[in-house]
Amino acid sequence: MSEWAMFGKLSWSAIPFDQPIPLVAGAVVLVVILAVLVWVVLAGHLPYLWREWITSVDHKRIGVMYTLLACVMLLRGFSDAIMMRAQQAVAFRSEGFLPPEHYNQIFSAHGTIMIFFVAMPFVIGLMNLVVPLQLGVRDVAFPTLNSVGFWLTATGALLVNVSLVVGEFARTGWLPYPPLSESTYSPGVGVDYYLWSLQISGVGTLVAGINLVTTVLKIRTRGMTYMRMPMFCWTTLASNLLIVAAFPILTATLAMLILDRYFGFHFFTNEAGGNVMMFMNLIWAWGHPEVYILVLPAFGIFSEVVSTFSGKPLFGYRSMVLATMAICVISFMVWLHHFFTMGAGPDVNAIFGIASMIIAVPTGVKIYNWLFTMFAGRIRFSTPMMWSIGFMVTFIIGGLTGVLVAVPPADFLLHNSLFLVAHFHNVIIGGVLFGAFAGYTYWFPKAFGFRLDESLGKAAFWFWLIGFYVAFMPLYAVGFLGMTRRMQHFDVAEWRPWLMIASIGAGLILTGIICQIAQLVVSIRHREALRDLTGDPWDGRSLEWATASPPPVFNFAVMPDVTGEDAYWSMKRRAREERAKEPEYKPIEMPRNSPTGFVCAFFATIMGFAMIWHIWWMVIAGFIGAFATFVVFAWRDHDEYEIPADEVARLDRANLAARRELVTAAGGA
Amino acid sequence: MAAGALARGYDPHLTGLADAGHEGPAPKRIVTGFGFWIFLLSDMVMFSCFFAAYAVLLGQTAGGPTGAELFNLRNVAVETTCLLLSSFVCGMASIAADVSNHLWFQIAMAVTCVLGLAFLTIEFREFSDLVARGAGPSRSAFLSAFFTLVGCHGLHVSAGILWLLTMMAQVFAKGFRADIRRRFLCFALFWHALDIIWVAVFSVVYLLGSAA
Repeated sequence: MSEWAMFGKLSWSAIPFDQPIPLVAGAVVLVVILAVLVWVVLAGHLPYLWREWITSVDHKRIGVMYTLLACVMLLRGFSDAIMMRAQQAVAFRSEGFLPPEHYNQIFSAHGTIMIFFVAMPFVIGLMNLVVPLQLGVRDVAFPTLNSVGFWLTATGALLVNVSLVVGEFARTGWLPYPPLSESTYSPGVGVDYYLWSLQISGVGTLVAGINLVTTVLKIRTRGMTYMRMPMFCWTTLASNLLIVAAFPILTATLAMLILDRYFGFHFFTNEAGGNVMMFMNLIWAWGHPEVYILVLPAFGIFSEVVSTFSGKPLFGYRSMVLATMAICVISFMVWLHHFFTMGAGPDVNAIFGIASMIIAVPTGVKIYNWLFTMFAGRIRFSTPMMWSIGFMVTFIIGGLTGVLVAVPPADFLLHNSLFLVAHFHNVIIGGVLFGAFAGYTYWFPKAFGFRLDESLGKAAFWFWLIGFYVAFMPLYAVGFLGMTRRMQHFDVAEWRPWLMIASIGAGLILTGIICQIAQLVVSIRHREALRDLTGDPWDGRSLEWATASPPPVFNFAVMPDVTGEDAYWSMKRRAREERAKEPEYKPIEMPRNSPTGFVCAFFATIMGFAMIWHIWWMVIAGFIGAFATFVVFAWRDHDEYEIPADEVARLDRANLAARRELVTAAGGA
Repeated sequence: MAAGALARGYDPHLTGLADAGHEGPAPKRIVTGFGFWIFLLSDMVMFSCFFAAYAVLLGQTAGGPTGAELFNLRNVAVETTCLLLSSFVCGMASIAADVSNHLWFQIAMAVTCVLGLAFLTIEFREFSDLVARGAGPSRSAFLSAFFTLVGCHGLHVSAGILWLLTMMAQVFAKGFRADIRRRFLCFALFWHALDIIWVAVFSVVYLLGSAA
């Protein structure tokens, strides 16, 4: 009967009044959010935010919002990290300051947030912002769906954070292995929070994937053949093909776990013929491609940055394309290396071990290509380039330890040890996060029209880089000493000094993050001094630098004609010879803004929350609301508006004037 | 071509292929259809997971009934006929939409809807009959996988009918506008894709299952 109560399983006992840490953390977050909201409303920014951002279907705005979400969630995920490092630094023969049930929620939330709500939105945000500009077009394939995708991702992030104060989060790790995650062993709402936030944000990710695949394959400007696309567009294509092929596996797997938990199905249970190993296979059939979904866009960013700051075309462009697509395919053939120890037998293990080593080959090709791009180049050590060089060194170490654990006999020793934890942080921080930071610094002037402060950026880089090594190299050592992951306390004296050092590393990374926040604040305050009027602050090579910063809503007044690789580079060279005549401006049709995404996510939040707490009437209400939103959207009569030719001309002349001055100056010199 | 390459001078990044260029963004109809195809492929990946789970759990009946004891092939044959016919009639609706014939469009869509509902009714009766016989989804892992695979297809058909009714209302209210035509193209693709998946369900679950 209680299942059909008004508020399902929800009651006042869901709020952890007895646990000060989540309660205080939740209260602080709530106060901050409320303060920001009050400020927004009182200062009269709400109509602007609603009109220009929340309902925006402009790919650049959506990209910025994705990135902002990622940065905010990075703070949340990092506070989990620093609590774990602090706990392990003090929990030698003692309980530390985090009780086990809380500690388990923290490591689960840390992994979930960092992968799904930091790394994913960061790379998707950068792809959204940059790819249409690089392809020389005015928008993505499905602008409104793009907004829906973003807001659904935000819904997932919101639900994870709600679990901080209402109920609990999963204690099962970032991948909820059954049978622990089944209702027999995890009866609380923690796993349900995990499942529904990922199901909802997973829909958002799939939408983003479909959108970007279609954009790259079908929406390119005249002359932008495949083999002329900038490298970042190629890695975007590969990464989003992987999203489209892999995320449905995650959806299906989590759906099976949901059915087990909600309706007593037997997919992964111990009884009635359920098969736990099926979960391992399915989840990693998604999970391994996911690694490449994250790192391929980062590879693309490094390709752009290295080529720009070396003043040379990318070395081995074709081999880079081939390596990218090879990784895209092979990434689906290595999933079993995540559970060599779980009884597949020597033959199967050997095949997957070899496949895992083979995937290092195309990655190695890429590293050599970047090195040869730098070779004999005129290198400028700006912040994005620093992140790229830091990446190359760090990622090689991470890659090599990866090849080490790809050897099944070695993996039997290192499986689930801190060595593994060190390995994947080495590739994810050194690869994905450094790439995201490089892209953030590189394209920030494009998005906002002014650069980020260089000295604070470099300080942040050094703190991050050194902090990373101090935090994670000890974990390799302590993994060799036999320490397994996810330990709430320990009593082996040899581990202790390493864990103390690791916590110092976490402190250094914290300093790096503080530098990044300071960099943003300082840069905004000094934005006039850092202003870039040319639209091309780094002497770039691809088309995103051919338009103003920030670009007008239509990106390009006249869609560019592309005649080779490094499209903007050759345009700049030609511009010195033939001063561009004024083009013939035509009116431009652009999609209208729409609150569909936001409203739809609102109902998705209600549905997800109601599902978690078994409030069935609210689930139905949320569903009806979401469906009604789509019908209202489908019913509207005008989905586009026209920007008159005069307006296009006015905006474009202002942009061209700044560039002409540059060309004239260069010509005179 | 050679002259063009010479004129550009030696530059490995200007390959002389410039003339065989790309025409620019595809028209909207192509973009929408293409994007929806990508979605359908991803949906099929999801179904393939449920197929895989079914294959893995096929023998795990936990002492309960097997497929051969449960499936009624005659029932399934009627069901299949309904769905395949509905796909045919949906094709007629596409033709009516192409020639902008409102009456035939609405008739064909209505028939598609009735056939889809007939399919769902038969499926629902099969499910409730199984549950009544104590062979519900929580009886065994095999039945969990069976209900999930077939039920997921059923959910898709239900969603398709909701979409179909919305499409009918929209064409009635707004006529064959370009964006509504594009939406209908997607709907038709969706409806036919459900047929393809059903053919696989029919063969893998019911035909092979009854034989065993």
